[in-house]
Amino acid sequence: MRIGVFHETYASEESLLDSQTQRAVFAVFLAAFLALPLYGSDYVLAMVCIVGIHLIAVIGLNIITGNTGLISLSQAAFMGVGCYSVAWAARWGIPFYFALPLAGALTALVGVLVGLPSLRVKGLYLAIATLAAQFILSFCFREWESVTGGVGGIRIPRAYLFGIELSGDRRLFYLIFSCVFLLGLLACNLSRTYVGRAFVAVRDRDISAEILGVNLLRAKLLAFAMGSFYAGVAGGLLGYFYGAVTPTYFDFGLSVFYLAAIIVGGLGSVLGSVLGAAFMTLVPEVLRVATDLARPWFPGLAGLLLPMGQVVFGVLIIGFLIFEPHGLAEIWARVRRAFVLWPAKT
Amino acid sequence: MLNCAVPQSCVGSGAIRIRVRTFQVLPEPKTIMQVARPGSQKVPPAQTPRPGSSIVADDIHLTFGGLSVLRGVSFSAPGGEISAFIGPNGAGKTSLFNTISGFYQPSTGRIRLDGEDITRLPAHARAGKGVARTFQNIALFRGLSVLDNIKLGGHHLMRADTISALLSAPWARREELALREELERRVIDFLEIDHIRHRPIESLSYGLQKRVELARALAMRPRVLLLDEPVAGMNREETEDMARFILDLHDEWAITILLIEHDMGLVMDLSSHVVVLSFGEVIARGSPAEVRSNPEVIRAYLGD
Amino acid sequence: MSEFIEFSLLGLFSGGVYALIALGFVLIYKCTRVINFAIGEVMMLGAYFYYTANVIFGVSPLEAVVLALISISIFSLIFEYLVLRPLSGQPVVSVLMATIGLASIIHGMVEATWGSDTVNVPRPFPSMRLIFGDVLVPGSVVTNFAAAVVLIGLFSVFFRYSKTGVTLRATASDPVTAATLGIDIRYAQRLSWVLAGIVGTIAGVLISTASGLSPLLSAGALSVFAVIILGGLDSVLGAIVAALAVGWMESIVVGYVGGKARDVVPYLTVLGILMIRPYGLFGTRQIERL
Repeated sequence: MRIGVFHETYASEESLLDSQTQRAVFAVFLAAFLALPLYGSDYVLAMVCIVGIHLIAVIGLNIITGNTGLISLSQAAFMGVGCYSVAWAARWGIPFYFALPLAGALTALVGVLVGLPSLRVKGLYLAIATLAAQFILSFCFREWESVTGGVGGIRIPRAYLFGIELSGDRRLFYLIFSCVFLLGLLACNLSRTYVGRAFVAVRDRDISAEILGVNLLRAKLLAFAMGSFYAGVAGGLLGYFYGAVTPTYFDFGLSVFYLAAIIVGGLGSVLGSVLGAAFMTLVPEVLRVATDLARPWFPGLAGLLLPMGQVVFGVLIIGFLIFEPHGLAEIWARVRRAFVLWPAKT
Repeated sequence: MLNCAVPQSCVGSGAIRIRVRTFQVLPEPKTIMQVARPGSQKVPPAQTPRPGSSIVADDIHLTFGGLSVLRGVSFSAPGGEISAFIGPNGAGKTSLFNTISGFYQPSTGRIRLDGEDITRLPAHARAGKGVARTFQNIALFRGLSVLDNIKLGGHHLMRADTISALLSAPWARREELALREELERRVIDFLEIDHIRHRPIESLSYGLQKRVELARALAMRPRVLLLDEPVAGMNREETEDMARFILDLHDEWAITILLIEHDMGLVMDLSSHVVVLSFGEVIARGSPAEVRSNPEVIRAYLGD
Repeated sequence: MSEFIEFSLLGLFSGGVYALIALGFVLIYKCTRVINFAIGEVMMLGAYFYYTANVIFGVSPLEAVVLALISISIFSLIFEYLVLRPLSGQPVVSVLMATIGLASIIHGMVEATWGSDTVNVPRPFPSMRLIFGDVLVPGSVVTNFAAAVVLIGLFSVFFRYSKTGVTLRATASDPVTAATLGIDIRYAQRLSWVLAGIVGTIAGVLISTASGLSPLLSAGALSVFAVIILGGLDSVLGAIVAALAVGWMESIVVGYVGGKARDVVPYLTVLGILMIRPYGLFGTRQIERL
């Protein structure tokens, strides 16, 4: 259907949306999406907000693991750091537009510390270091009661914009998705910059990258910093959204969830993160709806929801690893490629 | 697909290829920052290649555990010339290149680039000094397109700070586009790879991949270029193309080339200085004709 | 002082069980280079098979152990065939994630089938208490340690002297060469998974007899990662030494600092080790070729 796109300058060739049609479609989609709070139901809105929060964390993880090849099992703990930071910042009266970046920066610092072992080790050993960091941070969340409120959790005061309280999903929707668009744009832009290229080089062949002039340690730490910044912001938004959190929100299971999201969605691309986050968040919901629908015939099913969810989760991960290792993003790309020549087949 | 950036002429138009051989050194290109921000004094200019950087190795010893890989290796590659390193397999040629690149640290010995001692410099800093190389087994980045791979060669030349680059601030963007323009003009057209710029690495033939790797090394604006078996595994046509490119490099770029090669014809035709290694030691050095008739060399290759 | 001895002994003895779990992990890594994140879940599943055979079907404890071992072996074979075979050759991340997926599946299945309450399981072996002066080591701990020692001893002998053992070691260090020498590496890899399952099951049964059986059993395996890293991923001896060390350290910390610290000690250890000696006490250093 699309014949081709012709560019007359290098700049236009490197732009993110490269044709009028793409720009138009994106604009329409954006308009419809931003109007969602006006016509969407409460349930849909809540789901979309949660997906948005997860999406930011997933994009961050994709930068660390998908782009730079550093397996990180501590993204959930980073979210926790961001959330507790925002809780304290909000208590001190700092408005959200400072609190969120501040939380992100603090989390980035923690991320760099966690990434320091990449000075000595890589691959699997680094993964286990992040695993250790996840458990140590979870432990801190549970035990450091003066700061985190311990097992009982902590409350996060509402965000305010020009005196208007940002409560309720409809208002938080705009807060969350402004962050999503800003941070998502930043991540898309990564591939056009030397920073993004260096990340992929570190992933593919770090020895060659070094000889080409890439400072490996700096690149790896920068990846950790960026990815954990995203997690920190996501954690802060989570705090504003729920109003109160406990340490169980940021446990190892969530880290595994995010890792699954980037595998299912597709490593290294923002589109992959979007598809992965949406898919993984919606699957438990679909299961829940299905068990509700099946209640007349299988009444006992509802009690099995949690373990069934775990089984489905595991099957999904393994299924995608075997059959579609490049994830949903690859499936989407294939569909698009098929449409390039449609209705012809070859 | 035609892609001519205004205002330069369409050298790489792909229809009729006319190879213009010039026999003078091209005018020094402006640094990327000078193109991006003319008249800017804020950032010091990046290294520009000087004609004929000499590289000297002085008594290099390299051991792994108990295994002695290089023993007292010394050589002096004349600036601006092509020097070949030959020897039987396992002689230590690639290890020598790895030492020059900074991947291995010699236990004793010095490496001097234009008189400057770079032995203790970490690997990623040597790029800034102008040391570039290609690899025996192709070391391209599979996750990047050909163009991105080549742009990575220009990594050490980028002066924009990280934050500006991430946010694509105007000057960072200009630097990026200036890099692109320079690469298209100097490297991509030179090596005739404009038609595969956006292809993924896996889809390229072996010969083209080696050419892309050479392009990536050239993007570093090197003073010294180390080519590790550039024509290994190539058929006759590809070998001739690569030889032509190496000769063009020698003629048109002010660059010192070090070559590891087994193809004797190529060594004799291209190089002006040959160093022969065997079991980690230099057993002969000199012009190709001298080395060819050296009895030590013959013995090393053919055995006693 | 006797307090210190008591804590130390307890720690060393419980380290024995860690050694058993670590052994299972090292087995798989040595033979297939696969990092198995599901050791805890496999352990738990084996224990539940034992529970089913013994408590639900009334089979005698020893026979129940045998049945559990057989079931786990079948399960391991199925997993190896369905999942690991298609994934061979994929990067480390993929297989690691596949074992995480497996862990999730097993956990869900166990909870769905047997519920999440804690149940008691009888010991398959008689218990013996040990008394050193004032120090009492509980019978369960001693039994577990003794069983662990016996098993590790058996495995060490097996690896060194039996033909199959040598085959497994050969496949582990260089699968390609092993294949050219006529060794069936598929068989060797399958065998290593089965053996790991067996070892894990025994460990699971031993632990559950001491502290009850519930789906939380799998969480105990996470501290084994500290053991494995400390000992070096591919060293059996390292796993044993490290297990004893970690068991001892945990016991000392719990004894003097308090129970909560138990959770975090292994992980602090891991981070420390990774910075100082990344390949563990006995692991082989990985060298990359350019």
